[in-house]
Amino acid sequence: MQRYSAFSLLRHGINRHTTWAPAWRSPPLKDRYDVIVIGAGGHGLATAYYLAKEHGLTNVAVLERGWLGGGNIARNTITIRSNYMRDASIPFYVKSVALYEAMTRELNFNMMHSKRSMIDVIQNYPMMRDRRRRQHIMDIYGSTYEQISEAEVRRRIPALTGGGPDARLPVVGGYVHTDAAINRHDAVAWGYARAIDAMGGEIHQQTPVTQLLRGADGRIEGVETPRGVIRAPKVAVAVSGHTTTLTETVGLKLPLRTMNLTAFVSEPVKPLVDVIVNCPDAGFYLSQSDKGSLVIGGAPDPGQSFRRDIKQTVFEDTVSAMLSLFPSFKKLKFLRQWGGHLDIAHDASPIQDETDVPGLFITAGWWGGYKAIPAGGLTLAHLVATGRPHPLMEPFGINRFRHLDYVMETGTTTAR
Amino acid sequence: MAAGNRLAAGGRIDRSKPLHFTFNGKAYTGFQGDTLASALLANGVRLTARSFKYHRPRGIVGAGVEEPATLVELMGDDASGNRPATTVPLTEGLAAKAVNCWPSLAFDIGAVNQLASRFIPAGFYYKTFKWPNWHLYERPIRKAAGLAAAPSEPPSKGHYETRYGHCDVLIAGAGPAGLMAALTVARAGLRVMIADEGCEAGGSLLSRRLTIGGTDAMEWVDATFAELNAMPNVTHLQNATVWGYREHNYLMVTERAPANPSLLERTWRVRAGHVITATGAIERGLVFGNNDRPGVMLASAVQAYVNRYGVAPGKRAVIFTNNNSAYAVAADLAAAGVEVRAIADSRDAVPDEARAIVPGIEIMAGKCVTEAQGTRQIRSVAVAAKTGGSARILSCDLLAMSGGWNPTVHLWSQSRSTLRYDDPLATFLPDTPAQPISAAGAANGALTLQDALRSGAEAAAQIAGTTPPDIPDAPDLPYAMEPLWRVETAKGKAFLDLQNDVTVDDIHLALREGYSNVEHVKRYTTGGMGFDQGKTGNINIIGTVALAQGLAMDQVGTTTFRAPYTPVSFGAIGGLREETVALPYRHTPITEWNLAQGAFMYEAGARWRRPGYFPRAGEGLQEATNRECRAVRFGVGVYDGSPLGTFELKGRDVGRFLDYLYSNVMSSLKPGNGRYGLMLSDDGLIMDDGVCFRLDDHRWIVSTSTGHADAINGHMEEMLQTRFPEWNVFITTVTSQWNNATICGPKAREVMAALGTDIDLSPEAFPFMTVRDGTVAGLPARVVRVSFTGELSFEVNVAPRHMRALWAKVMEAGAPFGILPVGSEASHVLRVEKGFLSLGHEVDGTVDAYDLGMGWAMSKKKSDYLGKRAVQIRREGAAPRRELVGVIPEPDRQIPEGAPLTPGGRREKTEGFVTACVWSVVHERWVGLALLEGGHARHGETAHVRLKGGEVIPVRVTAPCHYDPDGDKLRS
Amino acid sequence: MMQIPCPFCGPRNESEFSFGGPVKPPRPDPSAVSDEDWTAWLTQVPNPLGPVQEQWWHVRGCGTWLTIWRDTRTHDIVEAPDGGR
Repeated sequence: MQRYSAFSLLRHGINRHTTWAPAWRSPPLKDRYDVIVIGAGGHGLATAYYLAKEHGLTNVAVLERGWLGGGNIARNTITIRSNYMRDASIPFYVKSVALYEAMTRELNFNMMHSKRSMIDVIQNYPMMRDRRRRQHIMDIYGSTYEQISEAEVRRRIPALTGGGPDARLPVVGGYVHTDAAINRHDAVAWGYARAIDAMGGEIHQQTPVTQLLRGADGRIEGVETPRGVIRAPKVAVAVSGHTTTLTETVGLKLPLRTMNLTAFVSEPVKPLVDVIVNCPDAGFYLSQSDKGSLVIGGAPDPGQSFRRDIKQTVFEDTVSAMLSLFPSFKKLKFLRQWGGHLDIAHDASPIQDETDVPGLFITAGWWGGYKAIPAGGLTLAHLVATGRPHPLMEPFGINRFRHLDYVMETGTTTAR
Repeated sequence: MAAGNRLAAGGRIDRSKPLHFTFNGKAYTGFQGDTLASALLANGVRLTARSFKYHRPRGIVGAGVEEPATLVELMGDDASGNRPATTVPLTEGLAAKAVNCWPSLAFDIGAVNQLASRFIPAGFYYKTFKWPNWHLYERPIRKAAGLAAAPSEPPSKGHYETRYGHCDVLIAGAGPAGLMAALTVARAGLRVMIADEGCEAGGSLLSRRLTIGGTDAMEWVDATFAELNAMPNVTHLQNATVWGYREHNYLMVTERAPANPSLLERTWRVRAGHVITATGAIERGLVFGNNDRPGVMLASAVQAYVNRYGVAPGKRAVIFTNNNSAYAVAADLAAAGVEVRAIADSRDAVPDEARAIVPGIEIMAGKCVTEAQGTRQIRSVAVAAKTGGSARILSCDLLAMSGGWNPTVHLWSQSRSTLRYDDPLATFLPDTPAQPISAAGAANGALTLQDALRSGAEAAAQIAGTTPPDIPDAPDLPYAMEPLWRVETAKGKAFLDLQNDVTVDDIHLALREGYSNVEHVKRYTTGGMGFDQGKTGNINIIGTVALAQGLAMDQVGTTTFRAPYTPVSFGAIGGLREETVALPYRHTPITEWNLAQGAFMYEAGARWRRPGYFPRAGEGLQEATNRECRAVRFGVGVYDGSPLGTFELKGRDVGRFLDYLYSNVMSSLKPGNGRYGLMLSDDGLIMDDGVCFRLDDHRWIVSTSTGHADAINGHMEEMLQTRFPEWNVFITTVTSQWNNATICGPKAREVMAALGTDIDLSPEAFPFMTVRDGTVAGLPARVVRVSFTGELSFEVNVAPRHMRALWAKVMEAGAPFGILPVGSEASHVLRVEKGFLSLGHEVDGTVDAYDLGMGWAMSKKKSDYLGKRAVQIRREGAAPRRELVGVIPEPDRQIPEGAPLTPGGRREKTEGFVTACVWSVVHERWVGLALLEGGHARHGETAHVRLKGGEVIPVRVTAPCHYDPDGDKLRS
Repeated sequence: MMQIPCPFCGPRNESEFSFGGPVKPPRPDPSAVSDEDWTAWLTQVPNPLGPVQEQWWHVRGCGTWLTIWRDTRTHDIVEAPDGGR
């Protein structure tokens, strides 16, 4: 792998940058691999990376129907955090945050990991209670969550001038999650792709899987693509919203729904907000990218959707919620929007498991799984390579639905 | 004018109305009708901006929304971030400055980046700034990025507005095609909305010298609008951009200068039967060396400045084109007295009709500009054969370039309608519509005036079902072009995206490094991702990629067009929907009384504004709560229970309907009696708890928790309408039809007696969990004996119009007994002491009735009810259950709600958590509730709370009920 | 913002409705079905890349629960509650 550094930029600059090697190859497609990973999004690439790095499996093909890094990793709000509520989830996300922090070094690719902390702006007392519950259990797993006063919220977010004492939703305090970060999503995809390629794995773009293939013994046998049948004894599906579309080709039904989540950005402006701001009561969150755009997220659209667009109603709700806390943003301009189609499981927690089709693995239900990418890849690689779930993912097997043992991470904010 | 670039005559400016403005602190004068850009050009200001990455000097390039170079920041009252100078109408006193340069536009420190430019190619930041970590570099980089400063204040005056619009046909664009279309559908009687983004209608006609029907084209525009505006079925929105195209022909239009002076902007949400996109076309630039220098402009922009604004953007011009349209620009320049040195045309064969309109101007066929020379202002250009060879230097101060035309297909594409690549026009054109939409005029590839008029008329006639009207004669130069994606012999940096400083070399580097998909190229180089979203440059990026990869244009494809077409202020989107509008409070009739008492009020779920506690002078939350609790436990208190969800169910089948909804049996209730019950989802999770009272055989009252009332309403209607449509059940929400004062405490009966009632209050005649109708204090009332505090309680329900009177009488009659109003905080303490559960505290989506010690609520008799089977299956699993227990902290201290319980207080997986902990006025100590693994079998044991930071608090595990476990008090 | 054809009120803005989930097969008789079939019915919903039948509640209108067929790729309503369109 060609090293990237300030020095290498100088060296290649002398040669007018004609000497840079491709970050990844376009190898010929073979008809057989040890493992096929479907989807060159964040989770698929991370899985292939850890298959090679941790388990020495390099006869691996990542098949991507579009362009690598073009899935939800290309359309999310780049928030990395671990402020969850249950024993099942927190250690997994703590691991994921740690892997993200080490990623720039590990992949020799600048992820622009900006550990800038997230502030939950709390605007009613039931929500305060929900957050208070999190801080103690998060501490057990080494994740940080501190209550701060309203004055401190405003000191750390000077642009937050709304939500005063007479407001409909007054700011009553906040919580700071110092582990939270944003980074550069494209860099994550490209960094993994380069590392996979360097270790011998293959990434095949423009290679949509149209059908999963099952052998006479019921095991997975491979996949069908417009470029021909590709065989492998193990196939891992990491395609987010399209999981059920694929698994239905082998008659497998899963407790997943596909939905669309709204995000949009403002025009680029000079530094304005230094932390990630999450306003669960108002219903939006935002951070400012290093390029200066505010990246803003809101609620999902009602109903299932495979559209990569946004619903005007949801969008307007999000914008007016934001303006109630940040009235000066009225003059700021909306520049671009997108939607990502995400899958959500029946209990709103992820599913990572081998399915009823032996050799067929899924990682799904991440519901915006950007923050889970490295740990999700680590655990899926472990499962694919060893046949046993990684300890961090044990609670998230598919069998929990047979016993109705849901992992309920959704908050509990009923009023007193 | 100082620099004398204003032409002596002509243009649509009003020379009788001079306007004063400042740019970067320097004072200038323009005229009414100018944009900031035209006024700057008229004043001879050429250097107007610095570029994003290299801080290269830039000038004005375009004349409209496509402007890629000159973004300004407006100051003063109108302060707002990035605005293309070409879209800022000049006003008296306007103050603007260039964005992203320091200390000044002329001397910009950031320009040192130009020296290092060789070492900071596309994507360089992915390769460096890694040691020791990104944070070392992030702050200065963030400062350097970001263009304009963010607005720091909301608008000082005025407001925004949103309204709905409905029409048969929405026409985007009031150029020749849009106007012809509007005329056609309006005459057919259809309801028409026509929206145009310009300050003035007319589109391209404003900038060109054309005739329609033998008269000046702008006269035709005026006549057309005169006819349109006289029709009641026409709505005309000028200075209004159609920026978003959603599903079901729902479009967003923002008017920037609505007639109402108190309005800043108005957004229309338009539901259109049909849409015609007559959005015109945007000229693309040409890609040669230093094509970003001030003085290099789009030919169409030069034409606009000359004809519309009466400004000559230079004294000596060279034209560089690959198509016919720039010949008309040359002709207009010459007519305005500007010297046109030459026309460099990359085509070997220049059509005769183009040659014919530029007599006397040198035409250099098959030639390209390879380089613009000069730094802050071009001084000359080098022109050479397409294939290379020696260059001829032409001195000039203006280069008007035209790379051909891109139909403005943004809205078309946003509607999910498809595009196709058209070879003759070398651009993407509308193909298959996905919604009721048509494209007309230049937006559909009709690039001459006559074609545009015809195309607008035909699209409209098809919608209206009429025959197209006759098209007036409108002579125009035929359009022909040959694509030129970049000049291969270019010398120096050749920019594809001026705003983000993306050059041809950057694209080639991306491709070399494997970023081969156009999406990768865009993301790696940031090409097309600026404020202008690549309106002039994207197609050249695609062309450059296609050339490098040997692919056809449509194989490379275009990137996705998404809303907004041009940036829109968030204020215009959020409209008037401030939080109080979006989330109105729900009040009960005694809110004012509560406020007058000095109650601490807050939202308590489902938007109800309720009193938390009633502090007296010097009291905090705890003291006030204790006082209110003592009143209820030892005397009497009263609370307003009106927000509880209340439903009246009528019909023959209500009993079995409730048996299906509740886990316990309701159908066996006798009239006048009630029962507490749990509603489960079919997943076996507790949705709600509440009480049902049977009023008579076919009338029932169901009450639910406050927070879940709306959800339960939907749930009941869903079950009834979708599962049992044949059942005879009618559900009416009566939450707001009944208000209540709930009088509770050992002295409650005495207060009731003092109020005066015709209901026999004795425990025998009116036992616990029964309901009686009668009068209380002379008011018709329904009294329910239900208790959420564990004390003797009378819930006195009256019509809302009587609530205030009732409340006053209760306070009056209760005064001798020391009655106190009770807020939510005290209610919480009282229910915790009693071990009553609260959704959101004890019920957090994981527990079932058995865990809560309420197995009795799970009917064994009923063969089916919602959640029954799920609970069975879940309990057959091996997973340990967390069960409701009481906890007594030892030592006596408060435990924060939600604090985890871990084995021995060690730092390991939790075995439960404390759901609530309150100061008990009965025990005069802290008591709590918890969910604890295997808790039912652990009464008497010690469990351990582990707080953040490692502090461990032992707690004694008890039964959940800390007070009156046999319920003698509430039955008394 | 979709426009949903309410059979009583005519075409109305989506904001008047509350989404009620995709239509599942009829609820099996819980006493006559295996655990596996029951949990499958409970936890799985149709998730097609294409038309899905779903319920909407006209909560800020006439109160009707109605079903439409909507294409999940486009939001096009391919069949109205009364079978029209």
